[in-house]
Amino acid sequence: MADEKLAENTESESAGTPGEAGSSPSRRSLLGWGGAGLALGAVAAGGAAVALRGDKDDAPMMSAAAAGAAVPFHGAHQAGVATAVQDRLHFAAFDVKTKDREELIRLLKDWTRAAERMTAGQPVGEGAFGGLPEAPPDDTGEALDLKPSRLTLTVGFGPSLFAKGRFGLEAERPEALVDLETFPGDNLDPARSGGDLCVQACADDPQVAVHAIRQLARIGFGKVAIRWSQLGFGKTSSTTPDAQTPRNMMGFKDGTRNISGTDTAALDKHVWVSAKDGADWMTGGSYLVARRIRMHIETWDRAPLQEQEDIFGRDKGEGAPVGKAKEHDEPFLKAMLPTAHVRLAHPDSNNGATILRRGYSFTDGTDGLGRLDAGLFFLAYQRDVRKGFIPVQRSLAKKDALNEYIQHVGSAIFAVPPGVRDKDDWWGRTLFA
Amino acid sequence: MRPARLSVVTAVATLAALTAVTGCAEKADSKDKANGGPIRVTAKDDACEVSTKEFKAGHVELAIENKGSKVTEVYLFFPDGRIVAERENIGPGLKQKLTAEVKPGEYEIACKPGMKGDGIRQKVTVTGDSKAVAKRSPELDAAVAAYRTYVQQQADETMPKATAFAAAVEKGDIEAAKKLYADSRLGWERTEPVAESFGDIDPKVDVREDGLEQGQKWTGWHRLEKALWQDKKIGAEEKALAEQLVTDLTDWQKRVGTAEITPTSMANGAKELLDEVATGKVTGEEEAYSHTDLIDFKGNVEGAQKAYELLKPVASKNDPALTKELDTQFAALNTLLDKYRKDKTSYEFTSYEKVGKDQRKELSDAVNALAEPLSKLAAAVAK
Repeated sequence: MADEKLAENTESESAGTPGEAGSSPSRRSLLGWGGAGLALGAVAAGGAAVALRGDKDDAPMMSAAAAGAAVPFHGAHQAGVATAVQDRLHFAAFDVKTKDREELIRLLKDWTRAAERMTAGQPVGEGAFGGLPEAPPDDTGEALDLKPSRLTLTVGFGPSLFAKGRFGLEAERPEALVDLETFPGDNLDPARSGGDLCVQACADDPQVAVHAIRQLARIGFGKVAIRWSQLGFGKTSSTTPDAQTPRNMMGFKDGTRNISGTDTAALDKHVWVSAKDGADWMTGGSYLVARRIRMHIETWDRAPLQEQEDIFGRDKGEGAPVGKAKEHDEPFLKAMLPTAHVRLAHPDSNNGATILRRGYSFTDGTDGLGRLDAGLFFLAYQRDVRKGFIPVQRSLAKKDALNEYIQHVGSAIFAVPPGVRDKDDWWGRTLFA
Repeated sequence: MRPARLSVVTAVATLAALTAVTGCAEKADSKDKANGGPIRVTAKDDACEVSTKEFKAGHVELAIENKGSKVTEVYLFFPDGRIVAERENIGPGLKQKLTAEVKPGEYEIACKPGMKGDGIRQKVTVTGDSKAVAKRSPELDAAVAAYRTYVQQQADETMPKATAFAAAVEKGDIEAAKKLYADSRLGWERTEPVAESFGDIDPKVDVREDGLEQGQKWTGWHRLEKALWQDKKIGAEEKALAEQLVTDLTDWQKRVGTAEITPTSMANGAKELLDEVATGKVTGEEEAYSHTDLIDFKGNVEGAQKAYELLKPVASKNDPALTKELDTQFAALNTLLDKYRKDKTSYEFTSYEKVGKDQRKELSDAVNALAEPLSKLAAAVAK
């Protein structure tokens, strides 16, 4: 994995390029650099790698994020899964409109080339200005002057893409790419669920993430159409074992025990699909479950503090598990209520089921009743959904005391293929080629 | 319609109008003498004789004499069919003068005995410096000329339909007026970017209630649409508005041939037609009372397709992948639209209020699929 190699070389990379990560060039200054984008990505990634290892020292973490460094696009795995979680999200699910397999492949290639540029902080195509006055520019331009902002773009394929009679992929559908069951309490809106393709755009600057989805949608018109999309802010989990776990919209730290982006053994065990898992083309990939979880914010806010803490199984201030002093103290599950969220979600309660969470808070204004339309846009990556999300969600849907205050309103599952290796490779090559 | 938006077409048309006015006013006789005096045009019932086929750029004067038996008119045309100058209503035996400011290039002088048809045409050449005139390919000139003919034809065909619609309103026949309403708009919708280029006509005939400026009187099609479908009554005011609509459209019909049209304005006009669909029709805002949005929708697509087909010979040489994509997407959108009408020749489309949310999304997707590549047509033509 590229990230790790760079992490190993962090000392020398950083030493050899003083100030680079701290003064990452803006998109505009990148114009005309052309082939320099890759080199820059590698240099900037030095900064990102520092962040990954920054468990004992907060300073490099801050400087990497503040520098808006670029995350390398190429690698054995797609960036945006184990990558240190960025602050902002724009997630889009697409319907494929074309019936032509070759056209779909062409689109994936076009998307890959655009993603290479954007994640390196460059505008797509010929850029946003300076072209023919009579024609619209290739890039819409709102990310000019902004830094790469650790933008990652991650693509996934939904079960419907493998349907019979569409692209001849029915034999390629992995068993692990299941049709998710309807869990008790689900109130799923088809207009916020499913999709043939998805793109997860994460960045530290929301404008950079939105810009990326906008360009891909534009490149895709006629071949794909956005089915639904979700903006997210305030990451609700962290893949860097730093001191603080971010809080969700209920004010709680949730997701303390997440897989670290540098824990290769855990990633291999729980996140990355292995060659032994069945579908060869998925080796190095992962399975993504996306759930839009609406929170009944107003009633939650009226719940007594004790009830809130009991529901989660943590205290609200420190985030420590029941009976413990510190957030990262090992929880004693039996001390919690049998319906406590942490207890039910814990691997020990689910035969070791472990997922990598990358969720974000969302607020889409208010609904027609004046209630905050807010909640958690839950994103979880795992090697096999049947051993990851499904058993955990079955357990939660049945017993979780939190269910009184939340409702799952959108749902989707995607097979996230392995990474794009180099400039000649493209998203989905292992599936289509 | 979008009165606030000054399209490429509008801007250029305004400029052309200004040039024409000042050009006529300021030049002295000395320039005429450089050309050896006025160019004599002798109009007959079966001939249009011109004293010289070649003259110098600048201020020119045509001395016209009608020696025929019919009332005639004389035009000076650009090679793309645009009118440089015209003189109407020249009775038998009468003499008239026509002046114009012309740049070097190829032109045509036409006499129209009986003031009908294409007239009898003579090619003329204007010589001199041509630093201001960008050379265009004859293919593109032909495309512009054909599009100009189309635009005029649409205006001409609209008039009897609009007159019939107005007559029904004036008779107080609500049902008959409702039936004629959408069809009376079709020619306008097909050529909307050109129609809109006359900034003074568009706000009179096609403004929606939500587009009115403070103090602006609401006139035109949509005002009558509301009377017919919402208020369900026709009073003296509506009858007067119907008459006014015909007057305003007659103005459009007379002036539409003078619009400045270029290959890129045609291409971007086609894209603008799809923009009209994307912002107004697909949401159901355009025909809020009659719900005849799909007829306008079809008209916009037809107009865009006409402009595209005329530019295609050039565009397909410069960017074959683009024209292939456009062919596919025009076909896809037309196929989708066909699902909403009885047969492929009928303009009776499903009422838009009966088009569900999912179907609207499908239409919107198809519009985006076409409009995005269409936005690249101007570049393919300008290469």
